[in-house]
Amino acid sequence: MIAIFHNYGGLLLQGFGQTLLCSVIALFFSLIVGSMFAIFETTPIKFLRVIARIYIEVFRNIPLLVITMFFFVVIPMFVAKINGFTAGTIGLTIYTSAFIAETVRSGINSVDPGQMEGARANGLSWWQAMRHIVLPQAFRYVIPPLGNQFINLVKNSSVLAFVAGFDLMYQGNVIASDSLNTMSTYICIGILYLIITLPLSYWMRYLEKKLA
Amino acid sequence: MKKLFRLVSVIISSLALVLVLSACGSKSLADQNVVTRAKQTNTITWGVKADTKLFGLMDVKNSQIKGFEVDMAKALTKQILGPKGKADFVQVTSSTRMPLLKNGNIDAIMATMTITPERLKQVDFSRSYFDAGQSLLVKKGSSVKSVKDLNHKGATVLGVVGSNSVQNVAKFAPKAKVLQLSDYAQAMTALKSGQGEALTTDNGILAGMSVENPGYVLTGGAFTKEPYGIAINKGQPEFKRDLNTALTKVEQSGQYNRILKKWFGNVPGMNVKEMER
Repeated sequence: MIAIFHNYGGLLLQGFGQTLLCSVIALFFSLIVGSMFAIFETTPIKFLRVIARIYIEVFRNIPLLVITMFFFVVIPMFVAKINGFTAGTIGLTIYTSAFIAETVRSGINSVDPGQMEGARANGLSWWQAMRHIVLPQAFRYVIPPLGNQFINLVKNSSVLAFVAGFDLMYQGNVIASDSLNTMSTYICIGILYLIITLPLSYWMRYLEKKLA
Repeated sequence: MKKLFRLVSVIISSLALVLVLSACGSKSLADQNVVTRAKQTNTITWGVKADTKLFGLMDVKNSQIKGFEVDMAKALTKQILGPKGKADFVQVTSSTRMPLLKNGNIDAIMATMTITPERLKQVDFSRSYFDAGQSLLVKKGSSVKSVKDLNHKGATVLGVVGSNSVQNVAKFAPKAKVLQLSDYAQAMTALKSGQGEALTTDNGILAGMSVENPGYVLTGGAFTKEPYGIAINKGQPEFKRDLNTALTKVEQSGQYNRILKKWFGNVPGMNVKEMER
């Protein structure tokens, strides 16, 4: 195992960087897109509700690999040339955002309707009430399940390996086949994933304690 | 400070758990004498490809793996165990075949595996049973005529993870970028969608792909020699000797040429006469 780190340190580091980069980008955008669709789902406007419902149900119920392969194979054929890393990150963002939308929606729903009514009665518009009164409370409720989604996102980023995105899993497969020592390599990979996910889960726990 | 200490201790204990788990089961089936066990159970378990046309491809209709290597494995089993010997097949990929052999799930690998010095450090090989060579598959009318045409910045070559053909690209076209996909079907899909200019691997495998995809052709001829061998665990000299003897018998009886003709006889761009033994 130490031999793997010693001989393939550069590749592992490169993979680690790509996984981290992909995770950060996907986390940022999936949080924004997911929250947006969660708000759509709870608006009084029916059209937006339907759009959000379709988006969530479609992307939540398709395997991540299918979405990613779509961006890797179909989009370059007809639209624009995109590489494996981009295809993987887009796929991961779309897939995770559907889950985050459901999570955030449940948070919004668990805020007492009286809060919204009270805010509206005090003259706030629907959007103002949502932004200043409901959403801050909703996010506090959903920090633990959101943490779950974030950790899943980091691990799901291994889908990049299937579209040659040069992430940790991809480099792991390359190293495993080169060193012919699959188990040790996968253990090294597992440790590197832990280095990303453990601090993340501790940070979420800290946020939960601080805010809840 | 206390919190930091707790975080560190959790990380260390989870690493320790991983290490303990990985240390389990070091003594395995792989250490038993394969010939003795095969004679007892009357079975040899082969690791074969299931995604490679002509060599080993899953027939979806009856979920059996069919191909040159499967037929060869059956013939060799019959030579070693007698006419009632049974050949079991386990499907492997380039990245799963080594671990499966090492932990004793399969007795031998017959999965388009080239004999290389690096691999000889880990496993033993029989004599070569097929003389392949690395080549390129490109779209009809492509400007790529040989591997030299790929040696420039911006060129992308597609390969399959775990095959030594991707390492050869680094030797013959060091400036090209290599994308390693998980299997040949995916690599072919990536070639079709334009993720790379050429797909590289051994000519036998590429021939199978060009049969299925008429718009794509082999180009440039073979630029390496890739003799395929049967991989077995180290410390099995008896099994290795039996395999080599069986291979000689299959070749001398003309069965080898029959199997070769059955699978490669009608492939455009393959010279079967040259490969006969």
